[in-house]
Amino acid sequence: MDLRLELSEQGGWSVLEVGGEVDVATAPRLREQLIKLVNDQRFQLVVDLSGVDFIDSTGLGVLIGALKRVRTQGGDLVLVCTERRILKVFEITGLDQVFQIHETVEASVAR
Amino acid sequence: MAAANDTEVAVIELALPPRPEVVSVARLVVGALAAAEPAFDDERGADLRLAVSEVCTNAIQAQLAARSGADPEAPIVLRFEVGQGSIELAVQDHGGGFDPGRLGRHPEVTDPARLEFEGGLGIPLIRLLADELEFRASPGGTTVVMTFGPRVSTGRVDS
Repeated sequence: MDLRLELSEQGGWSVLEVGGEVDVATAPRLREQLIKLVNDQRFQLVVDLSGVDFIDSTGLGVLIGALKRVRTQGGDLVLVCTERRILKVFEITGLDQVFQIHETVEASVAR
Repeated sequence: MAAANDTEVAVIELALPPRPEVVSVARLVVGALAAAEPAFDDERGADLRLAVSEVCTNAIQAQLAARSGADPEAPIVLRFEVGQGSIELAVQDHGGGFDPGRLGRHPEVTDPARLEFEGGLGIPLIRLLADELEFRASPGGTTVVMTFGPRVSTGRVDS
C-alpha cells in the first residue's frame, strides 16, 4: 500500500508532506507519525495533502484526532490541498469548516 | 469472473480476504467499472471509489473486531452489477450483524465537541454518495446494497 510521508521544518512549523492513498491500510502510519510529532512537543503542524490521490473517512479521522491533540496544547494543524477530488471529501463531510485549508505550504506558515 | 446476460447487465463477483490491504483492490475494481461506463464521469468515479472504500472498511473492521458472531477469516464478498446506466454493488460481510438505526449522531461540524469523533463518518458518506442504499441482514453478518447512477453527489453529509 502506497503512503509516503516526509517531514520538514519551515518557520517554526512542522510540515508533513503526505503522498499516496490514505485509507484503513495506511492511516495507522499517518496516525503514528502525527502522534510522534505531538509527543516531540511539535504543536504547529502543516499537513500537506498535495500528493494525496485518495482519502476516506479513516484518513479524515486521523486528521481530526491530530487536530484535537495539537489544539489541546494551544497549537494548530492546517492543511494544504488544491486537488478538487480531495477537497470534495472535506466539503461533503463539512470538515472544510473544521480545518483551515490553504493552497500552499508557504501560505500556511506565513500567518 | 464476469458474465453478461441478454439484458446487458454484467455481473462481477469478488471474494476478498478481510484485511485492510484489500480495500484498495476494491477501489481499483469499482474505479475501472465506472471508467468503462460512458455515463459516469471522473468525479462520479471518485464518488464510487470513496463509497466502496467506506463499505469495505466497515465490513473488514466488523469482521476483525472480536465481536460475538464476527468471523475474522470469512471473505468479504463484493457483487457488482453493471449496465443500463447504473452500477449496483452489494458488499457482504460476516461481521456478526449491525443495526444502522442505532448509530449515534455527531455534533455539528462547527461545534468544538465534533473533535471528539474520529470515526463514524463512513455511513453518512455512503448515504450521501449512493442513490439507493439498503442494509440487509445476511447469514452471519450484513449485506450493504448500494445503487449508483451517473449523477455526481453534491451537498453535505447529515452527520
